[in-house]
Amino acid sequence: MDFGPYLFLASLEGLVTAAVLALTALGLSLVFGVMRIVNVAHGEFFMLGAVLAWWFAGLVSGSPAFGFLIALVLSPLVVGAVALLCERTVLKRIDYNPEATIVATIGLLYIIQQLALTFYGPDARPVQAPINFRIVFPWFGWSGYKLVVIGVSILLLLATWFVLTRTRLGLIMRATQYDRETAQAFAIPVDKVYAAVFAIGAMLAATAAVLIVPIQQAHYLMGLDPLLLSFIVVIIGGLGSILGTVVAALIIGLSDGIISVFFSPTLAKILATLLVAFVLVIRPQGLFGATQR
Amino acid sequence: MSVDSSPIQPTKPVAGRRSLFDKVLFVHLAALAILFLAQFVLSDYHHLTLARVMVLASFAVGYNILFGYTGLLSLGHAMFFAAGLYGAGLAATQLSFGASEAFLAGIFAGLVLSTLIGMIVLRTSGVSFMIVTMMFAQAGYLMSLYFGEFTRGDEGFVLQGDIRTAHLFGLSFDLTSPDVRYNIALALLAVCVLVCLALVRSPIGRILIAIRENEERARMLGYDTYRNKLFALVVSGTISAAAGAAYALLFAYVGATFASIQYSILPLLWVLLGGVGTVLGPILGTLLMFYLVDITSEYTSAYMLAVGVALIALVLFFPKGIIGTLRDKGLKWLP
Amino acid sequence: MAAMTLLSTESLSRHFGGLRAVDDVAFTLTEGEVRAIIGPNGAGKTTLVSLICGRVMPSAGKIVFEGTDISALPAHRRVGLGIAYTFQITSIFANLSVYDNVALAVQTGMRRGGASLFFLNEATLIARVEEALEKVGLDDRRDMQAANLSYGHQRLLEVAMGLALRPKLLILDEPTQGLSDAEIAGFCDLTRAIAKDATVLLIEHNMDVVMDLAERITVMNNGAILSEGTPAEIRDDERVQRAYLGT
Repeated sequence: MDFGPYLFLASLEGLVTAAVLALTALGLSLVFGVMRIVNVAHGEFFMLGAVLAWWFAGLVSGSPAFGFLIALVLSPLVVGAVALLCERTVLKRIDYNPEATIVATIGLLYIIQQLALTFYGPDARPVQAPINFRIVFPWFGWSGYKLVVIGVSILLLLATWFVLTRTRLGLIMRATQYDRETAQAFAIPVDKVYAAVFAIGAMLAATAAVLIVPIQQAHYLMGLDPLLLSFIVVIIGGLGSILGTVVAALIIGLSDGIISVFFSPTLAKILATLLVAFVLVIRPQGLFGATQR
Repeated sequence: MSVDSSPIQPTKPVAGRRSLFDKVLFVHLAALAILFLAQFVLSDYHHLTLARVMVLASFAVGYNILFGYTGLLSLGHAMFFAAGLYGAGLAATQLSFGASEAFLAGIFAGLVLSTLIGMIVLRTSGVSFMIVTMMFAQAGYLMSLYFGEFTRGDEGFVLQGDIRTAHLFGLSFDLTSPDVRYNIALALLAVCVLVCLALVRSPIGRILIAIRENEERARMLGYDTYRNKLFALVVSGTISAAAGAAYALLFAYVGATFASIQYSILPLLWVLLGGVGTVLGPILGTLLMFYLVDITSEYTSAYMLAVGVALIALVLFFPKGIIGTLRDKGLKWLP
Repeated sequence: MAAMTLLSTESLSRHFGGLRAVDDVAFTLTEGEVRAIIGPNGAGKTTLVSLICGRVMPSAGKIVFEGTDISALPAHRRVGLGIAYTFQITSIFANLSVYDNVALAVQTGMRRGGASLFFLNEATLIARVEEALEKVGLDDRRDMQAANLSYGHQRLLEVAMGLALRPKLLILDEPTQGLSDAEIAGFCDLTRAIAKDATVLLIEHNMDVVMDLAERITVMNNGAILSEGTPAEIRDDERVQRAYLGT
């Protein structure tokens, strides 16, 4: 294949990465934005979404599309419930202290990973794609499902944007983000908002994972990469900004796709990390720091 | 476990420090003496385990200088441990260094890395600091895979041959001998403990604690907090690297696992368990956690569960750790 | 004694967004004086002293201390030159002992005198901590944890830390806020004692304290200097009265 088509293929793959990454990172960014905490277990919610998708899809026989759709609905719900449980039993009790939360969510990371290993096992398992057609370009064929991933991600991002900016729920979330005490004074149930935001953040990651699992198999250690890439995206894209998250996810996703195809995935991730360093050198307080109280 | 509210530098018995009998120094020397005597009563298995624990505890002591005393929670100390590990290991395999020279090469690698990384990551603070240290450690881990030609990646490499004998001051030490290994590990730990003790009781230690307690106030007392934090990070990183180099040379194995995120989390866990901002806490924490994982893995493969549950339980119920709680309960003079 | 200018500012401004907290201020302090800055809330008093001590960086203008332009120096370097700031809201190290709180300040002063932090003379350190504590009357509470001090004593500790820096200029930001009358009287005596060795700049709302202590008074309003003079002059100044009574 010539360079041009090769680059085109790499960009398409990069778009898929970017789409899924944008969803995952948005979940992390939302939680950090509203609750001012960093959820290190975010990647494990992603992994849990993928593993559950495999399980739900296996429950039904018949058309793979049906199994996939069930997974797409139920898997994020279950993950949301798990996240809610974690939030109520652990994070609420340490009063969302930033450092304690990091340590506690690292603990959650290990527990979720271990449970996945014990009940799901060490194997990587695929989920069948709901549709099975190939787009034929002059140079290569490309899985039509990947286009679906991009499309659904865009829809979900738009939906999140709509909820955050055009609904009462979004207004309440933004008010809480802006000032917790004042929000409380205006009778906003901050406690419930936190629980909801944490669950929604986890559900976004789980949804992203269900979308990706027909392309990339479910495995109990698959959570680390999306976590670190989400950190990169959130640092580069700025906080709470959906547009920033999407733009940063595009940059990271595309460069990851292109560098992975031409060089190696490892090099792509090293470079992304160094990009973060570069961003922090230009903005010493970091993009997190700028919004900290 | 909020560092802000953790017990802090206890009231210093100023008069006591001038007396001949230094209670604090005595307690720490006694702890080291117990570790020395332990080798004569332990079974072979525990003998080996304790040697390993002492090297890892040195890592924890180094980590604690930054986390416990300066209040900077790093999630990337695996990169410094690995810098020492690979610095020593690669110096031995690629440059044919002897054991002592390889050890120094490991320390030097840690010194250089922590200075460079420190200058970048200390431009951030709070949560960004934690994330950025984690990212750099991950980049380090990925590099150890990327340069698999030298590092052999996940599989790692074993040190063999001449490197298993250390030459120092005209004496030869057989690093395959359990007794030699044990005592070298103990010597390393002793140096780390005494350095840490001297540091935290010095005027510089007082500044580091002040930065942990209230950085803005420390600045308004005339301290360049950036430089002091960099100093703490370099000391912490270099001690971690010394532990890594010793680990490579004593146990003859170098692998990418030691650069992975897990080895950034473990020192945090050990320090939390033993007591944040205490000199002996990291040692106790490492010892207990090592045996906890060891014992649980006899019954189940679910050692990660033990780590996860321990982290959450500590944060929820026992934020000051063992020594920290003891200090609150009356041993106020413990540094 | 010839009056030497210790500190002066030229066209000093600091804007926060659209707010001109300090706007084109020319302010001069003479060595050895006790100066009070007064003015209604939001007049820019705290911003002005924050600019002087380096907690806040200027948007425009210049600050000169003992003939040196310090506008670009970070706060810790200015402390090194002899500008000490005591916080409006008590900002001691609550978890450390009283001794350690003051020792931190003494260490800075000793380092300024050329001592290395690695080989600090411990006897000198102890002596100077005790000297500072004696001056404010906290010497019998040396080993207490600072958080366990009463509020008034915490304010005194704050002053002791400022003193222990051996500053040329000591800035006190609302030092008597929350103190009892007896404590205020003690504080005034203390300030007079301090003023023998250092220039004192204080922001104060309590007019009795201001009239009692200050040799000169600067009145600020809306980020600018409204008036400056001796206590008697200021008392009779109509513009000042208007500013205080509301416009």
